[in-house]
Amino acid sequence: MKFVNEYRDPELGKKLIERIHRHTTRPVSLMEFCGGHTVAIFKHGIRQLLPDNIEMLSGPGCPVCVTASADLDRAIALARLPGVIITSFGDMVRVPGSDSSLQQAKAEGADVRIVYSVLDALGIARDNPEKSIVFIGIGFETTAPTIAASVLQAEKEKINNYYVLPLHKLCPPIMKTILDLGEVRLNGIICPGHVSSIIGSHPYQFIPDDYGIACVISGFEPVDILLTIDMLLNQIKNEAPAVEIAYRRGVRPEGNKQAISLMESVFDVGEADWRGIGVVPSSGLQFKVQYERFDAGKIFHIKPGPTRENKGCICGSILRGVSTPLNCPLFRNSCTPEQPLGPCMVSGEGTCATYYQYGDSHG
Amino acid sequence: MCLAIPALIKSRDGEQAVADIEGVTRQVSLQLTPEARVGDYVLLHTGYAISVIDPAEAEETLKLLRQISEIR
Repeated sequence: MKFVNEYRDPELGKKLIERIHRHTTRPVSLMEFCGGHTVAIFKHGIRQLLPDNIEMLSGPGCPVCVTASADLDRAIALARLPGVIITSFGDMVRVPGSDSSLQQAKAEGADVRIVYSVLDALGIARDNPEKSIVFIGIGFETTAPTIAASVLQAEKEKINNYYVLPLHKLCPPIMKTILDLGEVRLNGIICPGHVSSIIGSHPYQFIPDDYGIACVISGFEPVDILLTIDMLLNQIKNEAPAVEIAYRRGVRPEGNKQAISLMESVFDVGEADWRGIGVVPSSGLQFKVQYERFDAGKIFHIKPGPTRENKGCICGSILRGVSTPLNCPLFRNSCTPEQPLGPCMVSGEGTCATYYQYGDSHG
Repeated sequence: MCLAIPALIKSRDGEQAVADIEGVTRQVSLQLTPEARVGDYVLLHTGYAISVIDPAEAEETLKLLRQISEIR
């Protein structure tokens, strides 16, 4: 595939790895924020190819994983309402909430449908005018503009039975939260690629400015990631932290203005509840007042029971980069991709599922 | 979940386009990238083109990669 194969060139990769080995002078800690990067790093065995003094930590960039149990319980409660069809991205339906999951609700008779795109959810709304269609709106800045576009489309077509449970989350604010928690000491951050296609590179500028931490926005192929690590090491060596873009074919410094404008026309920035971190102000998106009629959380009266977290699951501290799955007594024992106890084992890009599938010789 | 893959725009009709992903054709919304033209590669995320791939920047990156992989 064009724009993919060139960045999988093994010769280029080998030379970059040699270069990284030559240029590593002191121990450094790097965090990849995005779950997609975690998967790519493991899949291509990049951790094993790096010098031992480069520590790689995984961050909270998996939307399914960071969805709080309380929000999941609301989604399950919505699914149990008569006349409601829940539409959701796939992984979400298997995540255990306090007492159930969307999958279990479906087995008990709820109408829960997995969609590839929010456009499919709109299609279901068009085809089922007598039902209420609720889309479980998870995702970061990459996905939020598509949800905003779907709401504007529904408004334009006068589709009156389409709703969204808004659980969108924003990356730069949670990066700041993780840095302020001070639990992990980082020298560099591999910034998310497709989130940055939307928001550009400027929103990360506070990271080098206020925290002195190097930032490079990366693509998802192995050569992209190695180039990113090389650029981070260069910034660290020169003590010149900045925000650079290694993924220039897909990310412009100013981002995608059309997408940002759509997102801002439908949503306001508000607080969001993050698994393992809690409620963080200005880290999520909520409907603007004029679009509240699309907000499933406000339109439907649901009363989920008290929230219970799965005992022993350390997903929260894994999402903060403090622990790895190897620190979890449940990992590979009672918690497996077939029988996941926590969301990080459910999502294909969850840190636990990635460790399970690809292993980790550094652990 | 922020997965996006390159797709080649084959035709467009308003905000809707047909794109080719290694021989598979799909309907793609251009609501987020109205500037996309037939013949452009876009990054496709859950049915929406979120960015038009810049071939000049892609070539620049490859040039840079070739250069730095030779520098000791």
